[in-house]
Amino acid sequence: MPDSDLTHDTMSPRREVAPSPAPAPLKLHVPEPAVRPGGTPDFSNIRIPRAGQVDRPSVDVDPEAIRDLAFSVIRVLNRDSEAVGPWAGALSDSELLEGLRHMMTLRAFDARMQMAQRQGKTSFYMQHMGEEAVSCAFRKALLPGDMNFPTYRQAGLLIAGGYSLVEMACQIYSNTHDPLKGRQLPVMYSSREHGFFSISGNLATQYIQAVGWAMASAIKNDTKIAVGWIGDGATAESDFHAALVFASTYRAPVVLNIVNNQWAISTFQGIARGGSGTFAARGLGFGIPALRVDGNDYLAVHAVAKWACERARRNLGPTLIEHVTYRVGAHSTSDDPAGYRPKTESDAWPLGDPVIRLKNHLIVRGAWSEERHKQTEAEILDTVISAQKEAESYGTLHSEQRPTARDMFEGVFAEMPPHLRRQRQEAGV
Amino acid sequence: MTRRTMIEAIRDAMDVMMSRDDGVVVFGEDVGYFGGVFRASQGLQAKYGTSRCFDTPISELGIVGIAVGMAAYGLKPCVEIQFADYMYPAYDQIVSEAARLRYRSNGQFTCPLVVRMPTGGGIFGGQTHSQSPEALFTHVCGIKTVVPSNPRDAKGLLISAIEDPDPVIFLEPKRLYNGPFDGHHDRTVTPWSKHDLGEVDDGHFAIPLGSAAIRREGNAVTILAYGTMVHVAETAANETGIDAEIIDLRSLLPLDLDTIEASVKKTGRCVIVHEATLTSGFGAELCALVQTRCFYHLEAPILRVAGWDTPYPHAQEWDYFPGPARIGRALIETMEA
Repeated sequence: MPDSDLTHDTMSPRREVAPSPAPAPLKLHVPEPAVRPGGTPDFSNIRIPRAGQVDRPSVDVDPEAIRDLAFSVIRVLNRDSEAVGPWAGALSDSELLEGLRHMMTLRAFDARMQMAQRQGKTSFYMQHMGEEAVSCAFRKALLPGDMNFPTYRQAGLLIAGGYSLVEMACQIYSNTHDPLKGRQLPVMYSSREHGFFSISGNLATQYIQAVGWAMASAIKNDTKIAVGWIGDGATAESDFHAALVFASTYRAPVVLNIVNNQWAISTFQGIARGGSGTFAARGLGFGIPALRVDGNDYLAVHAVAKWACERARRNLGPTLIEHVTYRVGAHSTSDDPAGYRPKTESDAWPLGDPVIRLKNHLIVRGAWSEERHKQTEAEILDTVISAQKEAESYGTLHSEQRPTARDMFEGVFAEMPPHLRRQRQEAGV
Repeated sequence: MTRRTMIEAIRDAMDVMMSRDDGVVVFGEDVGYFGGVFRASQGLQAKYGTSRCFDTPISELGIVGIAVGMAAYGLKPCVEIQFADYMYPAYDQIVSEAARLRYRSNGQFTCPLVVRMPTGGGIFGGQTHSQSPEALFTHVCGIKTVVPSNPRDAKGLLISAIEDPDPVIFLEPKRLYNGPFDGHHDRTVTPWSKHDLGEVDDGHFAIPLGSAAIRREGNAVTILAYGTMVHVAETAANETGIDAEIIDLRSLLPLDLDTIEASVKKTGRCVIVHEATLTSGFGAELCALVQTRCFYHLEAPILRVAGWDTPYPHAQEWDYFPGPARIGRALIETMEA
């Protein structure tokens, strides 16, 4: 085939090029959030479609055909607290009430543990305020044996999975009943039985491990799937990109979640996202179906999770989900957001509060009332306080009741090698 | 018993373990169809299928990262990093994840994986195909580090590594793949087919991790070495005529300190040899352990012969490499002290 004119033109050495003007000095672009402390919160740049507007494709859809889902937001609950559109309708009243209880329990537990940290009963805590729907709703789409590779803000996976609040508190207190023997920072839980992989605390490292776990399940012709979790900020790590490459190449039965809560400690999501329209759009280059979901909408998160899990279970490969939400609280007990964002920003967050939204929906359905909600809130607080008290009877961080120094030497290897035995002797434990 | 090169012995170890345990999976860059750039996995994909032996994208962090997930699931990945020099992107997955998973989850999740990496120089590989990063692994709690020096050990140690319940870094001195390199780069290497240690047992046999081997008995001085330097040290002992005892450590962690201690107490002298750079190298650890254990038996300061503290050069490879002449000078120095 002869060269086209264009190619010929571009390639021709005889073509005369006009001399460029002297180059202007280059300037570095550093993204900035719309508002800083003292300013008026502004989320006008976040495009939020009306609930029920986004199509629900079949799970075996060609990823190319749903590229637009990476730029929209799947929402079920509308302003009148009704469940609308093709993603609505999967959950019964009792399932929704259970979901509400899970979120309320997580919120109450957070409040108590946050206070316990302030009282010096532990060193550190991380709460979920505003993000409760993401992990609580997702958990209900999983089956026994599936494995989550969570970050530190998905304790809803444990609570909605029936894990004991006492054990959670014991881990936070690093006491004699801490299932992890005081070796891990508070909230870095682990429970194989509850499909909750040991939290590393290093960001992003576990995203690729979720892909490996899923590949192992496929290698063994098992039926279990894996679920990876990452925050908006940590998507910048190489591990995120490696996970997408491997998940795409081997069509791993994995669901890869990005929890975009707008803030990575003090860094707004634009720093990690760069020029890309959305975090979900990162999946498109890998041929991975990518969806964005209203992370403060319990019904929407659950519906999208079900869709993605079914894809994985039917050997259709990975799905990338961006949960659009907002971190209402501080990053951790060591952080104060007043230094980097307006104090009232969370009130302006356009997707509302996940607990209130589900509560209002249940009221609209005729399955709930303000009185019952208040009553349940009080019951849950009692349950949480009694779990906390039981945990405290086994000790708190600075009490006498804590894992022994001997425990510190155990479990580095399956069998203690001679050099560690000598060191334990030297320590006199 | 079959005569094998080190590559053949390594391949045989993986073959034996893949046939005994269908949880053993082998993967890495060029590892599947082609069988690896050094051909260590040749034929394994054809024999065990693509889900047991496969090619991966060029991502060392990805290779080790998925291996951690697979090991946590219950498989036994035996993965290849094409050159140890390329392992740095995977280092976080090794140090923060594989090494600590058992500890931080209190045994709920474990990480029985093997990371094989060709190590060391002597092939004109320049700075990206010659490094010896063993001390970066021995400094990490929760992983074992193994360096074989011959085909027989390579097979027996690799089988132990794959059977081990914890992560193992398996460093293969690439200069030894075809024969016991004696340190004289201008001479032809004797092939393993003409060497006793090229005689490798067939089928399953394991050499426990943490047991050293005495390669040459002697009474004048103890040489502590591993990998390629075992053979180079032997040349130096032969050429100087010094009655050196050479201990091949085989496994750096766990370390067979008892064998080391017994030998140094017998000879009263100790020279430590490694290819890796000197400062903060594994030799420093050995030196500290020997002086603590054997101080009152020592007749001379412990000496270390190692790679110079420069990046691994290309044209100057044989100026850099701690060859028989440098080791010989150290042996004479310790004897004269």
